[in-house]
Amino acid sequence: MKTFNREQRFMLLRIFLAAATLILALIAPPLFHPAVLYLLPYGIIGWDVLWSALRNILRGKVFDENFLMALATVGAFFTGEYAEAVFVMLFYQVGELFQSYAVDKSRRSIAALMDIRPDSANLELPDGSIEVCDPELIAVGSMIVLKPGERVPLDGVVVEGASTLDTAALTGEATPRDVAVGDTVYSGCINRQGLLRLRVTKPYSDSTVARVLELVENASEKKSRSEQFITRFARYYTPCVVLAAAALFAIPSILLALLPAGSLPAFLAGTSWSSWLHRALVFLVVSCPCALVISVPLSFFGGIGGAGKCGILIKGGNYLEALARVDTMVFDKTGTLTQGVFTVTAIHPEEGIEARQLLEYAALAESYSDHPISQSLRTACGGALDISRCTKTEEIAGMGVRAVVDGKHVAVGNSRLMEREQVSTLPCSLPGTLVHVTVEGFYAGHIVISDQPKADAKAAIQALRASGVRRVVMLTGDSEEVASTMAAQLGVDEYHAQLMPEDKVRCTEDMLQQRTGRGTLAFVGDGINDAPVLTRADVGIAMGAMGADAAIEAADIVLMDDQPSKIAVAMAIARKTVAIVRQNIVFALGVKGVVLVLGALELASMWAAVFADVGVAVIAILNAMRALHVDKKP
Amino acid sequence: MKKRFQLTNLDCANCAAKMERAIQKLDGVHEATVSFMTQKLTLDADDDRFEEILKKAEEAIHKVDPDCAIRR
Repeated sequence: MKTFNREQRFMLLRIFLAAATLILALIAPPLFHPAVLYLLPYGIIGWDVLWSALRNILRGKVFDENFLMALATVGAFFTGEYAEAVFVMLFYQVGELFQSYAVDKSRRSIAALMDIRPDSANLELPDGSIEVCDPELIAVGSMIVLKPGERVPLDGVVVEGASTLDTAALTGEATPRDVAVGDTVYSGCINRQGLLRLRVTKPYSDSTVARVLELVENASEKKSRSEQFITRFARYYTPCVVLAAAALFAIPSILLALLPAGSLPAFLAGTSWSSWLHRALVFLVVSCPCALVISVPLSFFGGIGGAGKCGILIKGGNYLEALARVDTMVFDKTGTLTQGVFTVTAIHPEEGIEARQLLEYAALAESYSDHPISQSLRTACGGALDISRCTKTEEIAGMGVRAVVDGKHVAVGNSRLMEREQVSTLPCSLPGTLVHVTVEGFYAGHIVISDQPKADAKAAIQALRASGVRRVVMLTGDSEEVASTMAAQLGVDEYHAQLMPEDKVRCTEDMLQQRTGRGTLAFVGDGINDAPVLTRADVGIAMGAMGADAAIEAADIVLMDDQPSKIAVAMAIARKTVAIVRQNIVFALGVKGVVLVLGALELASMWAAVFADVGVAVIAILNAMRALHVDKKP
Repeated sequence: MKKRFQLTNLDCANCAAKMERAIQKLDGVHEATVSFMTQKLTLDADDDRFEEILKKAEEAIHKVDPDCAIRR
């Protein structure tokens, strides 16, 4: 019985006892007045409800669940429906128990999803000994040691050792990440193999894990519109139904007492005041608001928790709701749809020169530079280059490099450098950045370098369209050709090229104006320099946020890793959650409405009423818990 | 100033909504949320009167559910 807590076990015991004594009362010979027989099970199961009700009345608070249940069952008792009164109370308590169990369970499973809090850190003291202590107490700059199997407690840089980290806790993906000296590691990841020595770069409160936890824990503060609707509805619903109950009992009773039997209206003929009381009691049971109120936040809580498991952090139910309605999705190209890393996509040597040779000349000439383009050249060469082949490098700012490679004079750079070198270049049909090369003063060819689309970008866009996104827009600072090629390649229907950061804000604002109906606009950025647009859009989505603090701050939805397909997963979760919420609202209101109508016509028993209250709550909760289970595939 | 507090024995979703409404009406409160799921009160109120407002919020909570308390 580990699944129940102490209070719940106690309640379970009461339920069994009450059920047993109720059965005894039903089969016992009528030695006593039935009221006495049924008082025992009623007391066992209902004393706390009665007590709370009494306490609330004394403090002038009516319309609370306890009061309504107490009034309804006591009323049933007085009209001689003893067994029914006990049954109703029993069923109510079973429902309440189940409710608290289900809520506990979903709280626990979300806590388990988010169980990425590191318990301790191995602090290395100046004398080389290790002290295990609380991560919150460790200062920036301290050295910590991470053993295999342990969770990274604080963000830091590897000083010694190499290992593979499991980032699943943060990103939801089991892809291991290799780290070596100089690499940054993020708290929350698990060290798979080697021993690592880290230098702490952030205090615990600013570390990735603390920020992620804070974000998820506070997501319930931003309430969704459905949640606000349902609490507002409950506020008026209960008093209205209680007043209706009072009227349902009082008006017929007064008429029955005042009018002579012959002149009664048709609906009163042959009825007694106790039958009207019974109908009123049905109303009271149905008027409890909790079933409605609980199922909505529970669904959003589940959806946000389930998303968290996939490395998608959603900052509130309102954003989940807005995400479900996105019909315009705007991407800031670099870092979202493309890798944001330059790679060599083509090598066009002139006649008489080998492609490999051209690439090596360029890479060697640029070998002293850290520029992304130089890096891409080196990566394309693969393996280690013998840097000693290159002597006498001379960097020409904004143009390129001149160097001596293998004893030959080589110039590597853009078209302006070529003008300076007085060689004519050939145009290229491919989009991207061109790196021209001359050898001994003659044009040797060019290398095309461009940003590559992410592997799942095209599939992600298709999945987004399937989930109801009508307009996919790509914004970029790149040239027209690069943008149009990329857009065609990815199946994006609209792009705006050569934009400065402020143009992106303006562009997004224009599109916000063009929204129609209930559709919302989402902006997806990599969190670098796009905070203004992220905040301006209805839903701001930042990708690849592991370690990018600004993105976590500015966005409404944060993807820990950088796969665009996660946006489609997020949308699927949002749509599912919103659908569950809608089902619950319609179902709960529908059942309550039907029972109210039937109750007024004396067609619904107290049984039906209890079902409409706790039964519906239980079903709604079970439905809400579906939101927690997430299909990771979009 | 914005602070978060853990609540104990908050048993009903509707009570949480009632508490939230009551606290939001208090003088000096900028924003308040009571989350049933996370059992938390988030109170954003005037800095200089925060303690006083918190006390009033506690009273409001007690009024809705005498068993519910703010854990400090």
